[in-house]
Amino acid sequence: MKKGVYFYLQLIFTLVVCAFLIVPIFMSITAGLTNNYFIGIKSGFTFRWVIQVWSLYSDTIWLTMKIALITTVINLCVGVPCAYYLARTRTKFSGFLDECLTLPIAIPGMAIALGLISVYGGISDFRMSWLFILVGHVIFTLPFMVKSVLAVLQSINFRLLEEGAASLGASFWQRFFHVIVPNCKTGIVSGILMTLTLSAGEFNLTWMLHTPITKTLPVGLADSYASMRLEVSSAYTLIFLGMILPLLVAAQWLNRKPKPKA
Amino acid sequence: MNNRMLRRLCGEVYMKQNRQHYVLIIPAIIICLVFFLLPMMKLLWLSLTEQQGMSYWYILTKPMYLRSLLSTLLLSLVVTAVSLIIATVVGLFLTRYEFKGKSVLVAMLSFPLVFPGVVIGFFVIMLAGRQGLFAELGLALVGERWTLAYSISGLFIGYLYFSIPRVVLTVMGAAEKLDYNLIEAGRSLGANRWQLLRDVTLPALTPGLISSGSICFATSMGAFGTAFTLATNLNVLPMTIYTEFTLNANFAMAAALSLILGFITWLCLAIARRQGGSSLGLGG
Repeated sequence: MKKGVYFYLQLIFTLVVCAFLIVPIFMSITAGLTNNYFIGIKSGFTFRWVIQVWSLYSDTIWLTMKIALITTVINLCVGVPCAYYLARTRTKFSGFLDECLTLPIAIPGMAIALGLISVYGGISDFRMSWLFILVGHVIFTLPFMVKSVLAVLQSINFRLLEEGAASLGASFWQRFFHVIVPNCKTGIVSGILMTLTLSAGEFNLTWMLHTPITKTLPVGLADSYASMRLEVSSAYTLIFLGMILPLLVAAQWLNRKPKPKA
Repeated sequence: MNNRMLRRLCGEVYMKQNRQHYVLIIPAIIICLVFFLLPMMKLLWLSLTEQQGMSYWYILTKPMYLRSLLSTLLLSLVVTAVSLIIATVVGLFLTRYEFKGKSVLVAMLSFPLVFPGVVIGFFVIMLAGRQGLFAELGLALVGERWTLAYSISGLFIGYLYFSIPRVVLTVMGAAEKLDYNLIEAGRSLGANRWQLLRDVTLPALTPGLISSGSICFATSMGAFGTAFTLATNLNVLPMTIYTEFTLNANFAMAAALSLILGFITWLCLAIARRQGGSSLGLGG
């Protein structure tokens, strides 16, 4: 196809859109490493702000990692079996269940958080602990794990594989762990990556559920945006991006389209 | 014949152990029931019984709530329309042409998909805040700092930021399935570029546009982090809910508003699903 003037117009437009998305990321990275952002890059680079963020907020970073990892483990134990059940059963009940489990995607985090507070807010030991945030994160991310595994199960003929294994004498649990789980590996891995990224970045729910002693990274970010100088906020954002970008790259690499064979 | 008998035999073995898989669903049912359905029911109960059951009536009659609801609806509508236009141009461009560095552009467009709303709010401050890029640009061009971040335009920029990646990726998915023979046929019949776009391409993209548009609308309606960081004077619905809950300690009102919000976003995602879209209602 000839690349005419329309090609270049569209290219410029696309580049502008990409710049709109990417420029602020770079701005916040440089601001986090600059001595004085108001003077500019000529004031020199420094790790001072990153170190300051670490001393102020390192507990939020550890808590975020802890919650993200435990959420992932729970999602694995609960979500994978659930996806298998939903793929295998086609009844009214399973349809209803599917709907209920997907609902947290559609309901804003705020509403889920309010609901949790209204029911369990009175149990102060639970309310004050990080487990309260964990519960919110599991509710919010579980549907993504289930959907991701379910998509893989629906694309393969797992019944045939299971029948084969059953005819060779494999028990139900043997079939589940040695036939089903290995075959939906890609769905499980992308579900894990999604859970980790979503949990690490969750704010809407967490802001309502957190207490002064249970602050996660995004909560700390909001805190620093409101009260800290721009360089500290930027350095904090930089640390956050450093945490989730590897997950994003891994997810992209996983979802890349297989190159067409010649 | 032999094969079929074997299949039947296997099937019998398979069916005999059919019961066991019900065990697998129990943890999910418990979690969903205890930590999601029960809290939602409680919210519904609170919104209906407290305040003499007038919460929903107040939303429709008190200007503060109604204004918040309507302005959030309007903002989300405008953001959705603008993102759809931008995404159609970019999406069609990226699927139609092959060129060097295309995959980098696609990666750039999809990374912001999972940034939380607070971070996006901060990016808006970086772009359009008091010390932002636009301010410097305005200072250099007309000698006046352009500060958009803390007004409705700041919200608009932020909402656009998290909407564009969502919509572009969906449009690209739909555009990949376009039948280019139809476009060639149209061209050979003498249709010009705009006629082709209007009569062939856009109708084929419509389901994708509807589904990604509803996802984008739902996300904008529920976006809390961006509005929270920018702390604009415009009260979007999630901010109103938050203020009702924390400052006014009015649980019933917060519950009623968040259920209305939840109903709207759920409806949008149901529309998106009917059009075959995935329900990626995250972020904001």
